[in-house]
Amino acid sequence: MAEPLLSLRGVKTDIGRYHILHGVEFDVPEGGLTMLLGRNGAGKTTTLRTIMGLWRATAGEVRFAGRNIAGLATPDIARLGIAYVPESMAIFADLTVQENLTLAARSGPPDQKRLDWIFSRFEALKRFWTLPAGNLSGGQKQMLAVARAIIEPRRLLLIDEPTKGLAPAIITNMIDAFRELKDGEASLLVVEQNFAFARQLGDTVAVMDDGKVAHTGSMAAFAADDALQQHLLGMGMGEHQ
Amino acid sequence: MVRAILSDDLPRSRWLAVALVLIVVGLAVAPFLFPGAKSLNVAAKICVFIVLAASFDLLLGYTGIVSFAHTMFFGIGAYGVAIALTRLGAEWTAVAVGIVAGLIVAVALAALIGLFSLRVRTIFFAMITLAVASAFAILASQLPALTGGEDGLNYRLPAALRASFSLADGTLFGVRLNGRLVDYYLVYAASLVLVLVLLRVVNSPFGSVLMAIRENPFRAEAIGYRTVVYRTIASCIAAAVAALAGSLLALWSSQTNPDTTLSFDIMVDILLMVVIGGMGTMYGAVLGAVLLVFAQNYLQDLLGIANQALAGVPLLAGLFHPDRWLLWLGVAFILCVYFFPTGIVGSLRNRRS
Amino acid sequence: MKKDWLPLLLIPAVAVVALPLVGSPTSWVTLTAAGLAMGLMIFVMASGLTLTFGLMDVLNFGHGAFIAVGAFVAASVMLALSPWMTVDSLWLNLAAVGPAVLAAMVVSGVLGWGFERVIVRPVYGQHLRQILVTTGGLIVAEQLLKVIWGPDQITLARPTALRGAFLLGDVAIEKYRVLAVIVGLVVFAALAITLNRTRIGLLIRAGVENGEMVEALGYRIRRLFVGVFVAGSALAGLGGAMWGLYQETVTAAIGAQVAVLVFIVIIIGGLGSVGGCFVGALLVGLSANYIGFIAPKVALGSNILLMALILLWRPQGLYPVAKR
Repeated sequence: MAEPLLSLRGVKTDIGRYHILHGVEFDVPEGGLTMLLGRNGAGKTTTLRTIMGLWRATAGEVRFAGRNIAGLATPDIARLGIAYVPESMAIFADLTVQENLTLAARSGPPDQKRLDWIFSRFEALKRFWTLPAGNLSGGQKQMLAVARAIIEPRRLLLIDEPTKGLAPAIITNMIDAFRELKDGEASLLVVEQNFAFARQLGDTVAVMDDGKVAHTGSMAAFAADDALQQHLLGMGMGEHQ
Repeated sequence: MVRAILSDDLPRSRWLAVALVLIVVGLAVAPFLFPGAKSLNVAAKICVFIVLAASFDLLLGYTGIVSFAHTMFFGIGAYGVAIALTRLGAEWTAVAVGIVAGLIVAVALAALIGLFSLRVRTIFFAMITLAVASAFAILASQLPALTGGEDGLNYRLPAALRASFSLADGTLFGVRLNGRLVDYYLVYAASLVLVLVLLRVVNSPFGSVLMAIRENPFRAEAIGYRTVVYRTIASCIAAAVAALAGSLLALWSSQTNPDTTLSFDIMVDILLMVVIGGMGTMYGAVLGAVLLVFAQNYLQDLLGIANQALAGVPLLAGLFHPDRWLLWLGVAFILCVYFFPTGIVGSLRNRRS
Repeated sequence: MKKDWLPLLLIPAVAVVALPLVGSPTSWVTLTAAGLAMGLMIFVMASGLTLTFGLMDVLNFGHGAFIAVGAFVAASVMLALSPWMTVDSLWLNLAAVGPAVLAAMVVSGVLGWGFERVIVRPVYGQHLRQILVTTGGLIVAEQLLKVIWGPDQITLARPTALRGAFLLGDVAIEKYRVLAVIVGLVVFAALAITLNRTRIGLLIRAGVENGEMVEALGYRIRRLFVGVFVAGSALAGLGGAMWGLYQETVTAAIGAQVAVLVFIVIIIGGLGSVGGCFVGALLVGLSANYIGFIAPKVALGSNILLMALILLWRPQGLYPVAKR
């Protein structure tokens, strides 16, 4: 088996005096989509932030493309080809949609073909191109946040709850976009509460519980195992939604 | 007994205990040990500034807020007594009226500023207090009819506090027992009581809440403490004690002017005292005040010697000019914030463990 | 940026309200010119401070030191070039003022760089220590100024061509104030263009809103911050030089004095907002001059009153910066 694009080994993270992650271990294979699942407070967001260098790991290794990136500064991690969509979306409200995307395109003006592709998935962004992003609706902000991460090709996308607050039609577009991305250039690590969405998209799964990864494996196998879901998530995927 | 007086907040360091005993006893016998007007003046200033710095520590060290308006309250207390003595004559009733008026104004103003700006961030409060204090200082100098303007007020103290007053027409250990001595012991006793009161405040349940808020305001709020209310009460107490310190100064010096009570220089002095002495320890304010008043009065002499020695060297001599003592304390201040955030007291306590 | 004209309308509103109170229209014009000049000078000094706060949550209480340094450096250069200052030739006068101002900006900027490294950097994210350490920096800087330039104030006469006033009928407008207004507007325009039309400006605006996300997009915000800090210090130096010429005296305390006005202005404007800082500075300048004329006794109190009123209306300042 090829070396995974991203692998975490024994990652521990403290926030203030609180120990949040106690030795997280899992892999994100190259060209796949890994779903990071778990109950609220299990440490999913902290895991993404630790990978991104926004929290410092106090122990352990975060290997990306064969190199330990734990301890690197956030901008340097981003420059290795990792993009991050936080749960809060963190769009720049005073900047226009255009300015948000211009900023995200680090290497120059955004590529028109790529923009057209993004517009085809997220039509609203084209409509509100020159509007301050703060005026967008919640769903539109989410589209912008994702668009910002994919405006240029990146090797790994870290996405925290992309479907939160989205209308079903937009979720469909989002699923299409993520499929195209993973079939093409990128690998994805997605935190998700929407299990229908997770089951449709995920190739592999890592389930967190209390600051650790309690289960890893293929999404298909996990989706079929009701008892395991019940045990780790407190609910079956079928009955959710 | 000692434990009760100190509100169970012991020095927790042998050297600190020694220093504190030296200060308390030293100030008590100062008039006899170091007779003379200058040394008595230095001793009284030390007493007043210990109170002032300790009340500032309640804000800075225990509540975690920076106020640049602390001298304003100091000045309000001083001017309260000064104006009352000027207007109502050199009577004890005038003193009482002045003290009470100063207290009321100081507490009301502190409450107003607190409710207005303490709900936001530390930085905001610091900026607003700075603006208000500077406006107040200018206001005081703009109202000469009331405050005497830039020159301030000169007034007569009640008869019992004047040099001409003789106590039991005698001398003790060669020192004349006059009104100045009475005045000094009045200042000394009042200062001692006020510091012990502050010690009680910070070691009360109220003090613990303040420290909890300082450590983590969001958490304290989540547990159910209204942080704005607690911080405002703390700043009112601090303002009240600062005003009393001001009243004591006015009662000591028989003159009150903007430079000695309201100026930003005094504010800087208090900051230095608390930070160098040790924030959040109360005892730090005591050590810091002693150190700084000494430095003001005697570091100059020391620098003067260095200055003489370096007379030929252009810039270096300037650095050691007697008037540049604040430069060196400023450097010490910065180093303290970086390397000894708990100041002298913290360092003394750490030695033990 | 959202279009929010109300605060902007306050400026003419204050001017119009002041007209009947001042009484004489000619005095009103003079006062308005003085207010605009004062406001723009404060804006020049305050703009960098508000941006560094917005970008990194750092408030430099020692900002006044750069103002004072600028004033002293400019004064030294102008005194050295005094023959050119006293000649009645605008060009020679400017040939003295120009290098003086430039030197002020360079020295303040370099000091800003050092200040950021030594004083500010170790206390990022810790407000209490930040306030203390930068205040300590101000204390030390003020003392060092006295060591270098002596404890006494320096008298600094304006160059010949900038003395006196333009007379338009009955109305007299001091020449130097016109120059101050022009310089202030140029600085404002340059800042506005940089912020709204350049990539650096885009980064700064984004960083003010959410610095963490800017880093996650791959930009090193610290470097940006150092740049802004240095530029802000240089602008403070420029403002200090202008202020020194305006007052015609320079003292070590100038920094701390003006810093109070600067703080009031950035609170009024909304911490982090350059536009708000601009409006706030003009409001402070105008109201200080009008009230100084109408009721001189309460002039400085007027700033506090203005601040209180504006905070009652908008508790986060005129243009609150959207924060994460």
